[in-house]
Amino acid sequence: MEKVLMKGNEAIAEAAVQAGCRFFFGYPITPQNQIPEYMSRRMPEVGGTFLQAESEVSAINMVYGAAGAGARVMTSSSSPGISLKQEGISYIACAELPCVIVNMMRSGPGLGGILASQGDYFQSVKGGGHGDYRLIVYAPSSVQEAADCVMEAFEASDYYRVPALILGDGMIGQMMEPVEFKQPKKREQKEKTWAATGWDGSRERAVINSLYIEAEEMNAVIGRLQRVYREIEKNETQFEEFMMDDAEIGIVAYGTTARIVRNAVLKARNDFGIKAGLIRPITVWPFPYAPIADAAKRVTAFLAVEMSTGQMVEDVRLGVNGACPVSFLGTTGGIAQTPLQIIKKLKEIKEGK
Amino acid sequence: MTNEVIMAGFGGQGVLLMGQLLAYAGMVEGKNVSWLPSYGPEMRGGTANCSVIVSDEPVGSPVVTEADAVIVMNKPSLDKFESALKPGGTLFINSSLIDRKPSRKDIDVHYIPVNEIAAEVGNARVANIVMLGAYVASSGIVSKKSVIDAVEYVLGKSKAHLIPINEKAFDEGAKRVK
Repeated sequence: MEKVLMKGNEAIAEAAVQAGCRFFFGYPITPQNQIPEYMSRRMPEVGGTFLQAESEVSAINMVYGAAGAGARVMTSSSSPGISLKQEGISYIACAELPCVIVNMMRSGPGLGGILASQGDYFQSVKGGGHGDYRLIVYAPSSVQEAADCVMEAFEASDYYRVPALILGDGMIGQMMEPVEFKQPKKREQKEKTWAATGWDGSRERAVINSLYIEAEEMNAVIGRLQRVYREIEKNETQFEEFMMDDAEIGIVAYGTTARIVRNAVLKARNDFGIKAGLIRPITVWPFPYAPIADAAKRVTAFLAVEMSTGQMVEDVRLGVNGACPVSFLGTTGGIAQTPLQIIKKLKEIKEGK
Repeated sequence: MTNEVIMAGFGGQGVLLMGQLLAYAGMVEGKNVSWLPSYGPEMRGGTANCSVIVSDEPVGSPVVTEADAVIVMNKPSLDKFESALKPGGTLFINSSLIDRKPSRKDIDVHYIPVNEIAAEVGNARVANIVMLGAYVASSGIVSKKSVIDAVEYVLGKSKAHLIPINEKAFDEGAKRVK
């Protein structure tokens, strides 16, 4: 297929359609409005359903319903809207239903600002809603990767019956880049015999539920979820390394920040003689602890760069596990890093400041 | 080769479209491209800008901080983005609306009265294409054909009759930098 020039938000919506998503429920919020806008036009073309709900809470519960009926379904929002969806996400996780949720992060807390941020990392990978659950979280750094991650997310979510989250930021959503829609490797998907699609007496009743009053029952559900999460950690962790082979300082960054870091790595090497490298998590849960632990034996220091006051840096520290110092560089409010700021920090680290 | 450009002006002057046409032209030539708009809480008559990167290498950061070229279609844009140009970079000034000269001395400057030229061509709305013609002719980053292909793609079949006037606007802009 030919490449087309598309906004990240539009590419995410088209990728979902091509992945078989036929239900979309959402509520408007900047900077992700092109997703529902695109879906409102596209869904009727493919016999799907687009519905603008009366609120985010309503939208996520419509997702819960469609997922419970076995449909491929998506919702999208941005930070404050994603906060509103958390109760529903926790229910969906407990009911072991697949779906895809898109968060185009804006700066917070509160209603915050509309510019790009990475302040929802904790919410995305450490909980968000209540209880012992995880989401498979993809953090694309280009429009192409955003489309690829959405298709992959539908496959993985169906396969494990665990909801998947696309963690982008305003910049990924708004920027245009060439994109080509490529179907991911198909997994051997089981038939959705658990789906509540109407009962005619010929099979066991399918009950979609997230309430378990008996301790043993709840314990068994959580145990089952945890076993699935361990499988996901083993099979689904994705990352990319850039110039890490001979790096003296390893940088960890994800999403659009990772692209700025990539420029900084090249500039640091070419103009300042600092051998920096980049480990870029593509999934932030499961997090690529292993390559960081491995590199920590070789580098003199690690640096985490984020558009936040320091969230992913905690996972970098877990990966490094004391093997070398870990520094942090962050921006907030929608201000992006510049390569020169990153290089200044690298110099400080190298000089032992 | 990597070319990073910032385009800025009033909302309605077509600066975002100008950037998209350049990105599209780069893409059809097989280059790596990115287009990043400003998306702040803008209002009608407010400012709009976009950053476009056209490169033979994979595009790293889509944020342009040291631009090879800056195109300013109105005065507030000159005030804001003159400093974003790297030393030796090229500044394209819409002299129809901007009456001051840049304060920097370490850059090349083209003054192009795009509104007057567009009026002469016969449609005030092609002012952005006049400017794009000047920029593309001066930088050589993409071919004229690719840009016109992009215009054709964006306009669609129903507005195909507007292609000749866009081509003329492009040529008039290109003439001013030769």
